[in-house]
Amino acid sequence: MSETATGVELLGLGDDALIAAQRLAEWVSRAPTLEEDVALANIALDQLGAARMLLAAVGDEDELAYRRDDHRFRNCLLAELPLGPGRGDLDFGWTMSWLLMLSAAQLLRYTDLAAGSDEQAAAIGAKAVKESTYHLDHASQWMLRLGGGTEESHRRVQQGLDGLWPYGHELTEGIRDRWLAIVEPVLAEAGLTRPADRWRPDGGRAGRHTEHLSYLLAEMQSLHRAHPGAQW
Amino acid sequence: MTTTQAEIAEIAGAVPDPELRVVTIGELGIVRGAETAEDGRVVVTITPTYSGCPAMDAIRDDIRAALRGAGYADVEVKTVLSPAWSTDMITESGWAALERTGIAAPGPSGTPTCPRCGHQGRPTPVLQISRYASTPCQSLWSCRSCLEPFNAIKKL
Repeated sequence: MSETATGVELLGLGDDALIAAQRLAEWVSRAPTLEEDVALANIALDQLGAARMLLAAVGDEDELAYRRDDHRFRNCLLAELPLGPGRGDLDFGWTMSWLLMLSAAQLLRYTDLAAGSDEQAAAIGAKAVKESTYHLDHASQWMLRLGGGTEESHRRVQQGLDGLWPYGHELTEGIRDRWLAIVEPVLAEAGLTRPADRWRPDGGRAGRHTEHLSYLLAEMQSLHRAHPGAQW
Repeated sequence: MTTTQAEIAEIAGAVPDPELRVVTIGELGIVRGAETAEDGRVVVTITPTYSGCPAMDAIRDDIRAALRGAGYADVEVKTVLSPAWSTDMITESGWAALERTGIAAPGPSGTPTCPRCGHQGRPTPVLQISRYASTPCQSLWSCRSCLEPFNAIKKL
């Protein structure tokens, strides 16, 4: 595996996308409407596509996805968190807050990759940035509808924001101001409260994860671990 | 381009898209190049529309099968990302074939024209139902003039 700065960065971004894809896939067959089910599955598919490109750039994609233990993953903590207030919960408002935060950061990271000097990383960034633009737009549209919707939809999307906001610090290290410039106007237009900056949990980029990642990996890797090299 | 290269490019380009069977991968702008290596191998270069497009594996298999059928036994299909695929790479005949099957172009303003009745969204609107549809590259719309739903290719 490449040990260059770009290699470390690509691995982090690849893990973000891979873990986000696995999380989003939990929505398949359970979204509020059929159209939204298709949308979330497509966004998960885009994330998986980006993960494959990024991981293949730093090593063997299957080896990296299926044979690493939790402490060897370099995704930010936000990507692995449950998409609801508790483990096993799925909350749509919470999920849209998560997707807004994640996709705004991915858009900026991919934009920077596209402008960088590493040719392969630039090609991946240029490809992924187009898809992230759609993810961010999708999340933003829902934030407006849910934030300005009913009391209940507002409450749940705000609850998601409040719960996830601390993890935004690790997510946006080095791009915080540019990220806020994307996210804050959406929150303002949606009539949502931008949470205060308090605690800043981190460690994901160094392999110190929440317990949630272990459960996610157990499910994602079980087949490959039981049947190494399985294909279908 | 030599005759052989031109022939390979033509055969590869004529492979129908596995999900949108009415257009070829040549018309979609997926085929980037075709060449013969010194050892007689044939190398076809393709680019994905969306990075997670699940049709890519099927496209690779179909290209190999089509070229094998034409007598080229040893075929390599390479994938390149740059320049990133864009809807501008779809050819005119590609757009025409898509429209004939009821899939609209994104339209210059971002609002497609209804492929069934030709309605352009004024005064009755053409409404976007979902930004994502049956494939990642399409969105779902509803024409309020003829009341039919339709898919449109998303501008990328």
